[in-house]
Amino acid sequence: MDQSVIKIEKLRKKYAIGTRVPYFALRDQIADLFKFKKPKKKNEEFWALKDINLEIKRGEAIGIIGRNGAGKSTLLKILSQITPPTEGKIMIDGRVASLLEVGTGFNPELTGRENIYLNGAILGMSRAEIKRKFDQIVAFSEIEKFLDTPVKRYSSGMYVRLAFAVAAHLEPEILLIDEVLAVGDAQFQKKCLGKMNEVGKHGRTIVFVSHNMAAVKSLCKRVILLERGKILADGPVGRIVSKYLGYNGNITKKNWSLGKAPENSSVKILGVSLVGGSGKNTNTISTDESFAVEILYQTKSDESVVGFTTVLHDAENNCVFSSLNNRESGWYGKKMPKGLFRTTCTIPADFLNNGEFSLTINFYGKNYSDLHSMSEVLTFEINDSPKLRGDYFGGYSGVVRPDLKWATQLIENK
Amino acid sequence: MRYEITPPKGLVNINLSEIWRYRDLLYILVWRDIKVRYKQTVVGVVWAIFQPLLTMIIFSVLFGRLAKLPSEGVPYPVFVYTGLLLWNYFSSSLANSSESLISNDAIIKKVYFPRILLPGSTVVTPAVDFVISFIIFLALMFYYHFTPSAVGLLLIPVLLLITMISSLGLGLFLSSLNIKYRDVRHILPFFIQILMYITPVIYPVSIIPANFQWIAYLNPMSGVITLARSLLLHTSSVDWKLLPISFGVSLVFLLIGLAYFRKTERFFADIM
Repeated sequence: MDQSVIKIEKLRKKYAIGTRVPYFALRDQIADLFKFKKPKKKNEEFWALKDINLEIKRGEAIGIIGRNGAGKSTLLKILSQITPPTEGKIMIDGRVASLLEVGTGFNPELTGRENIYLNGAILGMSRAEIKRKFDQIVAFSEIEKFLDTPVKRYSSGMYVRLAFAVAAHLEPEILLIDEVLAVGDAQFQKKCLGKMNEVGKHGRTIVFVSHNMAAVKSLCKRVILLERGKILADGPVGRIVSKYLGYNGNITKKNWSLGKAPENSSVKILGVSLVGGSGKNTNTISTDESFAVEILYQTKSDESVVGFTTVLHDAENNCVFSSLNNRESGWYGKKMPKGLFRTTCTIPADFLNNGEFSLTINFYGKNYSDLHSMSEVLTFEINDSPKLRGDYFGGYSGVVRPDLKWATQLIENK
Repeated sequence: MRYEITPPKGLVNINLSEIWRYRDLLYILVWRDIKVRYKQTVVGVVWAIFQPLLTMIIFSVLFGRLAKLPSEGVPYPVFVYTGLLLWNYFSSSLANSSESLISNDAIIKKVYFPRILLPGSTVVTPAVDFVISFIIFLALMFYYHFTPSAVGLLLIPVLLLITMISSLGLGLFLSSLNIKYRDVRHILPFFIQILMYITPVIYPVSIIPANFQWIAYLNPMSGVITLARSLLLHTSSVDWKLLPISFGVSLVFLLIGLAYFRKTERFFADIM
C-alpha cells in the first residue's frame, strides 16, 4: 500500500516574465504605478517552482495550499503534463486524470447528452466507459429533463451540475483537482466532496489544490504548504492548515511591549487586533461577517485627548475607505483620565469583497495635531462566502460586495 | 502505466501508442466538428452543395468563357469542378487545422492529451463535405456524358489520402506558428488564395512549359489534381509517376510540419 505513485525530484519551473505574469509581480507593478516610483528593473525570468521534492503514496489524498502565486497551479499543470518542467523529473505510476476546470471543452451548441461524451473524452474516458456510466452521470447531474437541450440554454447552475457529474465519474488511479470545488451551490459541493471521498477509499490517489480550507480538511489527510515556489511545510492536515492560516502573511493581532509601543504625547498603543463576532481575535473573516478593529491603549495623563482614523487598502494598494472616530459619543474630544482604554471600529458584514487587505491606523491628539501613523499594521484576507451568491458561481469584481436592494415590477401587461 | 515527466530535450519522437490510446478522443473531436458544422442542418448541407457549385459556375464564366483558359478538351465546368473537388478538401482542412489550436486554447490550457489530435481531427472533418460534392460531381459527369473509370474511382481515396497528408503537414506547421504569432490567422485566407492560383485548379499543368513543370509538382496538390483529371476525365494519358512524387512530397510536408509542431507543442500552454 505504501508504494509511491508520484515521485517528484528537484523540480524547477521557470517562466519568462511576459509570458506569464505572476500575481505578485502584477500587484507590485500596479502598486508602483500608484506610488509614482520608477518601476524597478525586473528580472526577465521568474521561477514559479524551486526545487520541489515530493513523494506521494498510493491511496493518499494530499492537499496543496498556499497563497496566490505560490506555485500550486503550476505544480498541478506540470503533473498533468500541460506544461513541461524546466529542470528535474517526475515519475508517475498510474493513469492520471486532471480536473483543472469543470466543463472543459463544453460546446454551447451541443446538447447535454453530446457534451457528456465530449467532455468525458476530453477528460480521458473512453467511449465505452462513458456509455457504461452515462445513466449514473445523468442521475448525478439531476438534469434529465434537459438532456437534449443545447447547453447554451442552460442556467449556470445546470451547466456546473452537468460538468461536475461528468468529472465525478472519472475513475483514474491518480486524480489531480484544482479549485474546482469553489463553484457550485453548497449542497452540490457536498455531494461532490462525498463522491471524491469515495474515490479516495478505493485506493486512488488524489492531489487537491484549493483555497478552501474546509474542503481540504474534509478531503485530505496530508497537506503541502507552498510559498513562493518552495515547500514550506508538509504534514498532517490539521497542523499545516493552522500553520497556513496563522502564517499566510495575515497579521490580525499585534501587541507591543511598553518600550517599543507607538506613542504620541498623550497615548501609548498597547495592541491592535481584529475581532470577529465572538469577540475573540480572528484570522478567518468571510464576506458575510462583520468584524471589528480593536485598539488597546494607555493614556499618559488626565489631560489626554485622542482620536483615531482607520485607512483600508486592497491588495492593489487602492484605498477602500478611510474613517474617523470623531462622531462617536463616548470619549471623543473629551479629556480622558489616565488609564487603559479600548476603541473599536466595526466593519459591517456584506461590505468588503473577498481578497487581501491592509489596514493603517492613525492616532492624533487635540485638533488633529501630534499625528502618528501605524502604517499597514494589520493585514488580512476576507474569504468568499456563498451567502450573496444565489445561483451565481463566478467572481465578483470590485473592492466591495454590498448586499444591495434589487426590485423588479411589472408595469403593464401587453 | 508508468512514465516520467522530464524537461523536453531535442526532437521528440511521436508517441504512436499514446495516440492510439487517445483514439476515442480523436473520434469524438471529429464527431464534434461535424455535429457543430451541420447543427443547423439546412444551412450546413446547403452550403456544402452550393459552395463548390457556385464557385464552379463563377470560375467557368470568368476563366472558361472570358479568359478562355484551356481545359484539355473537356467542358470547362467539369474540368474546373474536378480541381475544386480536391482543392476544397485541401483548403478547408488547411484552414481548419491552422486554426485548430487557437480555437481550442481553453482545452489545451486545462487538459493534457496528444495535441496533434486537434489538427489531426480537422483534416478528417471535411470528408463529409467531400462526399456531398462528390455526389454532385457524379451528377455532373452524367450530365456531360462521362463514364467514370473503375481505376479512377478506386484511386480517389488514395488521392484523398495524399491531400489529407499534405494539408496536415502544412496545417501542423501553421497551427503552431499561429499560436506564436497571432497575425498568422489574418494572413491565412490570403495565403490559401495564392496557393490556389499556383496550383493547377483553374488551368491545366500543360500550360506550363514542359521544362518547368517539375516546379509545379513540388506542390503535391498539382499531381493530385492532374491525376484526378486524367483518371476521371481522360484528359491525357495517366502519368503514373505523379503518384509516388505527390505522395513523397506530401510526406516531406508532413515530416517538416511534425518536427516543428513537436518542437513547440510542449510549450503551447505557456505561450497561449
